[in-house]
Amino acid sequence: MPAADLLSSQGLRLDGRRANELRRIRCKLGVFTQPDGSAYLEQGNTKVLAAVYGPHQASKSKSSSDGVVVNCQYSMATFSTGERKNRPRGDRKSQEISLHLRQALTAAIKTELYPRSQIDIYVEVLQADGGTFCAGVNAATLALIDAGIPLRAYVCACSASMAWGARPQPLVDVPHVEEAAGGVVLTVASLPNTGSTALLEMSHKLHMDYFKMVFSSAVQGCRDIEVILDRAVRDHLAEGWTEQDTVTV
Amino acid sequence: MWTTKTFLTKTKRGNILKIVREHYLRDDLLCGSSACNSCPHKDDEYVLDLKPVSICALFEYPHYIILDTNVVLHQIDVLEEDALTNVIILQTVLEEVKHQNTSIYQRLLEIVNSKKRKFYCFVNEHHKDTYVERKPGEKQSDRNDRAIRLAASWYAAHLSSNKLEHQFPQIVLITDDQNNRQLAQEDGIVCCTVQDYIENVNGFAGLVDKLSKNVMPESCSKDALYPAHLTPAQIHTGVKNGQYHSGTFHASRDNFLEGTASVHGFEKAILLQGHIGINRAVDGDQVAVEILPEAEWRRPSDIVLEDKADDPGDKLDEEAELLKTVKPVDNKDGEITPTGKVVGIIKRKWRQYCGILMPSKIPGATRHLFTPAEKRIPRVRIETRQSEILASQKILVALDSWPRNSRYPLGHFVRALGQIGDKSAENEVILLEHDVPHARFSEAVLACLPPNDWTIPDEEIKKRVDLRSLCICSVDPPGCTDIDDALHARPLEGTTDDGLETFEVGVHIADVTYFVRPDTALDKEAACRSTTVYLVDRRIDMVPDLLSSNLCSLRGNEERLAFSCVWEIDENANVLSKKFHKSVIKSAAAMTYEEAQITIDTKSRRDEIAQSLRILNKLAKKLKRKRMDNGALSLSSPEISVAEKLAEEFPQCALLRRHPAPPPANFTTFLKAAKQQVAPSPSPSPSPSPSPWGNG
Ligand SMILES: [Zn+2]
Repeated sequence: MPAADLLSSQGLRLDGRRANELRRIRCKLGVFTQPDGSAYLEQGNTKVLAAVYGPHQASKSKSSSDGVVVNCQYSMATFSTGERKNRPRGDRKSQEISLHLRQALTAAIKTELYPRSQIDIYVEVLQADGGTFCAGVNAATLALIDAGIPLRAYVCACSASMAWGARPQPLVDVPHVEEAAGGVVLTVASLPNTGSTALLEMSHKLHMDYFKMVFSSAVQGCRDIEVILDRAVRDHLAEGWTEQDTVTV
Repeated sequence: MWTTKTFLTKTKRGNILKIVREHYLRDDLLCGSSACNSCPHKDDEYVLDLKPVSICALFEYPHYIILDTNVVLHQIDVLEEDALTNVIILQTVLEEVKHQNTSIYQRLLEIVNSKKRKFYCFVNEHHKDTYVERKPGEKQSDRNDRAIRLAASWYAAHLSSNKLEHQFPQIVLITDDQNNRQLAQEDGIVCCTVQDYIENVNGFAGLVDKLSKNVMPESCSKDALYPAHLTPAQIHTGVKNGQYHSGTFHASRDNFLEGTASVHGFEKAILLQGHIGINRAVDGDQVAVEILPEAEWRRPSDIVLEDKADDPGDKLDEEAELLKTVKPVDNKDGEITPTGKVVGIIKRKWRQYCGILMPSKIPGATRHLFTPAEKRIPRVRIETRQSEILASQKILVALDSWPRNSRYPLGHFVRALGQIGDKSAENEVILLEHDVPHARFSEAVLACLPPNDWTIPDEEIKKRVDLRSLCICSVDPPGCTDIDDALHARPLEGTTDDGLETFEVGVHIADVTYFVRPDTALDKEAACRSTTVYLVDRRIDMVPDLLSSNLCSLRGNEERLAFSCVWEIDENANVLSKKFHKSVIKSAAAMTYEEAQITIDTKSRRDEIAQSLRILNKLAKKLKRKRMDNGALSLSSPEISVAEKLAEEFPQCALLRRHPAPPPANFTTFLKAAKQQVAPSPSPSPSPSPSPWGNG
């Protein structure tokens, strides 16, 4: 099993974080005017844009009387990785992540409020440095809030890995270097407020004995992210009011 | 918890691919000094003393030492002595050492982990005040030197800012890089060379002997005896365009002025002769060789030539003598061999060598010659002031360099192994010369062990198949303390469709994996040792004694964790079913072969152990019979079910032990020797063939 040196004897990771520290997260709501909602989010060097259209009338084929149909499209910019990508969207990996995004976000949206409607969510990765799915979920949550779509709770996603030193320790919010070290990466999307989990994905085999450790580390990461997202939403709203006031005056 | 106190910079690296990495700088890193009252240390986080005692006459005040990378790389033998304490190892240095030499890195970690040495690792690369960014056009090594100087200045300022009443410790930077020293002095950092520091240390006799000798640059041609080696870049281009060839140098055991290099593309190894032809290559080194024109090809000399007993000083005068003995070229000679000369060293494969000191005849001299036990290794010149004591001992010496103006390579004394002829000293020599790791287990390894009074926790028993009620026993040679497997057999009810009796047979091997977790220090150490080595009077364990002869030894009447393979077998020894699982067992008896045989033979014994053994004995005979019928080594014989299971579950790493037939070249020397004895041509011994791995 590789990934032995992910945690130094001084307890620091390769980038200088401790095992339980998230990367720096910066985010902004309402970055575009065309979509109904949008957000930009940076998680370390992973940078994503999310845009939300809707709810609007669903196309005939997809329409459902039970609730809103959520459409997700995940794509990566050609310049987002070290080597240029030839196909920005539609490859298998992107399609898979699109489906995962849909699963995670549908869990948070109060779908029953909008029968026969649909919501389109676009997530574009501008720069990839590990955990693009997580950053995508977190950005999409903000974009949904910006669009004014009622949610059950914030849906946040976070990954976690393991450092196999003398004492195995979980590492939260995995950047590309740690992903590439070949250890296990567990991705969790959860609604921290309700305590429910919307999605779980694991990259490699992991012994049952360690699963709880990694899982709770990722869930704690989700909780920490929720605090940051919540603060961003409140800041944005406070800012929004004053701007609108100046416009009306 | 997300700390907002961190802020972010990027390090850009890479040649073709641009890699951008995050680099967080922190303000919660500790300086490790007891003289500090500003960092939030916990009690066990103070490593450096409040008032470190100075042992160096140059600096007679309390001070901490900061080491430059070159000092760690070249003087690890000095550092391993219990002399220098209160040393700060910067992360910059740690990483440079790790990058350049893993074995020295491991040795450094060993020192750092030893509490009494008081070595503190300071994470300067992530500290907000000591991180330096590489300037445009600046070399990485220059940037690192700058980082080291900045950390030294920071420490000095940091310690002085604690307004303590007593004298606070100063910082001394030890570096052998003259340029770095000069720049440090300009910054007001106290610094000196390793040599100056160590030569002024009081109270540690013999420390000076361990100083690695300074390297004279290859470009310096003053008093040069040998031609200069080419630079790595020259070698690289030369090898690429076919001018030179890369190969491993093998010195001759009989003639110290002869050796060969096996080079790709040549059927015969290239013959290298004379001081100049060998040009300071040492057995095992990877060298670049230039092939001489065919007219100069020769046959290997068959003379025995030993180096002179006395130090002739720095001159090479045997050259002519050797060339005289070389036979004239005869093209019909089948033994004609391409010859060449070493033009450069690609990689030194130096290790530490055992041998004896040959004290200089001049009284009071400090320069002496060392003769390694391995004849392929040249004599080494070392400096020591303890030649009288060492003359009667086996000693260990490390090679440092081989400058052009020195007849012999330069080295330094590492440690004494004991009196010549003493059994333990000679044992030590054998172990060292064959590179058998036999040091005591490190603290890091021992920290992986369970406590001495460990017993199996209840929750572990719940996870496993409980076989404690089965009558399991082991059979080993007398005196065996590491019982790694045990067996059981019992008749089953019911018969096969053909009406044959059925038995359950189990093999239980000690479950070492419970104690040795992947990638722990213990796992790595065991992987490095890879086997237990038995000397006549001593055993060198692969894992610490607590495991090998206690917790992982399936002793009688003790509960042990095991991995079990249980077969259902009919009376003709056909396997009907098999299963594998972890288990808990309690061996009923740990027997010797003799005891087991007596138990089987004593007709009056009808107890479970005796019956179990008789079943096993009967089945074993049938299995052996079947194997013979199949041709002894057929891999389809039933006892390979473990190997099959392994290959199925771990296709990437399953191993079969294989003994390939030795290549005929291994016999040439032997055949040649045999021919001279006018013996009939011997046929190579029959070679063993593949056998399934493990006997359990
Ligand atoms: Zn401090």
